[in-house]
Amino acid sequence: MKDQVEGYVTDDGRHIGGIIMEMKNITLRFGGVIAIHNVSFDIREGEIRAIIGPNGAGKSSMLNVINGFYHPQEGEVWFRGNKRPSMKPYEIAEQGIARTFQNIALFKGMTTVENVMTGRQLMLKKNFLWQLLRVGPALEEEVEHRRRCEEIIDFLEIQAIRNTPVGSLPYGLQKRVELARALAMEPKLLLLDEPMAGMNVEEKEDMSRFILDVNDQYGTTIALIEHDMSVVMDLADRVVVLDYGKQLADGTPDEVQKDQAVIDAYLGVEH
Amino acid sequence: MFFREAGQFKTSYNEYLQAFPLREDRIGIAIWIALAVFYVPFFGLPGLEYTFAMNAIMIPVAIFTITALGLNILVGFTGQISLGTGAFMGVGAYACYKLTTYFPDVNIIIIILASGFVSAAVGALFGLPSLRIKGFYLIVATLAAQFFLEWCFIRVEWLYNYNPSGAIEVPQREVFGIIVTGAAASPATRYLVVLGILIFLTIIAGNLVRGRVGRSWMMIRDMDIAAELIGVRPLRAKLSAFAVSSYYCGVSGALMVFLWLGAAEVESFDVNHSFLYLFMVIFGGLGSITGSYMGAAFIWTFPILLKELGKRVFDIDSIVMENVSLVAIGVLIVFILIKEPHGLARLWQLGKQKLRIWPFAH
Repeated sequence: MKDQVEGYVTDDGRHIGGIIMEMKNITLRFGGVIAIHNVSFDIREGEIRAIIGPNGAGKSSMLNVINGFYHPQEGEVWFRGNKRPSMKPYEIAEQGIARTFQNIALFKGMTTVENVMTGRQLMLKKNFLWQLLRVGPALEEEVEHRRRCEEIIDFLEIQAIRNTPVGSLPYGLQKRVELARALAMEPKLLLLDEPMAGMNVEEKEDMSRFILDVNDQYGTTIALIEHDMSVVMDLADRVVVLDYGKQLADGTPDEVQKDQAVIDAYLGVEH
Repeated sequence: MFFREAGQFKTSYNEYLQAFPLREDRIGIAIWIALAVFYVPFFGLPGLEYTFAMNAIMIPVAIFTITALGLNILVGFTGQISLGTGAFMGVGAYACYKLTTYFPDVNIIIIILASGFVSAAVGALFGLPSLRIKGFYLIVATLAAQFFLEWCFIRVEWLYNYNPSGAIEVPQREVFGIIVTGAAASPATRYLVVLGILIFLTIIAGNLVRGRVGRSWMMIRDMDIAAELIGVRPLRAKLSAFAVSSYYCGVSGALMVFLWLGAAEVESFDVNHSFLYLFMVIFGGLGSITGSYMGAAFIWTFPILLKELGKRVFDIDSIVMENVSLVAIGVLIVFILIKEPHGLARLWQLGKQKLRIWPFAH
């Protein structure tokens, strides 16, 4: 089913492309604590890739390695065919990786639409002088990107709150604004850190729908961490399972669910 | 009833993105500007003697508004705190003095605007620690800048042309035959020059904070980690905020000495003044341009008006009244900040919100 270079076709008929990101033998240590131990997996273009595991398994650390907050002691990160040197987070943003956070990291002092506009930051090219004049090309640029942001706002159905300061929004909507902000970056790879944490069933359904829509309409490659197994199994094309920093399994949801090591890690082993 | 967006449809994003999308707001601003330009220079303020109104209220308020705008960019929009404002104003003032000494024939307004760049460079230099430290520690670092620069203003005699009194004395300068600086300049001229620069700098500040640069500042303020992940370079964002902020402070410092005080020494730039400007910004409203106006106007005029009131209505000695006004302003600051931590600007906004839905309550 899987081809190393060509990609594969999912059960629901989507074409998954070649490898966009590859983690090779990643080991991350904090002093004596090994957060991630020799983990390797890849993410393919257009797929929804889930990273799951019990608390403290190293999932968030893995995401932080991907977007440059942590630099692994061992191993290599390959992105779009190049081995990635140790980079600053903003350089990784320039490469086209966006993310959302487990604990929402919106800009609380700004409105929804301003928050979404921040996602276009790297695409606004006019220099400081143009910015302070705010006429002609600078204004055109601002208007053009504003239009794109409004489209994303429409897409995620948050028009009604576009001029509301995000600090006063309910949790579920804040999560959605954060997704909108990440989408505004038009990322090659979108990382979602527990996009459904703390949501009720309805909100989870909405969010799942949006994640699938984003993948479908924008063709965005998505890597997500999630605790709700039913959600993960429904959304993800492939799942990598971590436990205590070690890689337990890697495969389609069906394969992973049948894996004895995974079952042991989640349900516990009889001693 | 009179103030609402009903019926004002926006058909393009350009219309939507203008500074004052509401027609009523635009009319209001036009009235304010018309009053400031066409009424005040000729008639002063109602109920106050003309030169007093100009020299004690209008000119300093306009100058301090520039300071407050600058400081607000740093504190309100970028979330970095500074107690070096007074000193950065001093840098602008001394730079202006030196520049006009070397280039006496150059238009003084250009010199004032240019001296801001010296202040901007110094501000960016002292902003460097902000990359590593935050909050209280940054306050200490900027306080060090304040004391170091004060020391320079006293010890480096070159700065005040080796004047034995240690003060800078403003020479007379003309622009197109009109005396702008020095003792012979009329209050109306000085006021109009300051007002012109204020309006110019307000427009620029408004443009900056609504665009990419301003958003990068606010991103750093609200959540620096997320900002970095979106591609904001913290170094660039913070230093540009320090530089722009110090530019405003420098220009206002130069204006303060050249168009208001007429002469100045180090006391005009001491740390007490830095605190005063910080009060203006916090009291007016952090992260608000309107707030900078309100804060500067309120903090500066309130004690003066209180003194006038005491003198005229209650016939209280002006020295007593000075102390009363100190107490009153302290109490008022504490009270308003408890009631409305976002300052006068938020009160204004709430007032407008009420007006929009008037006569209904909700």
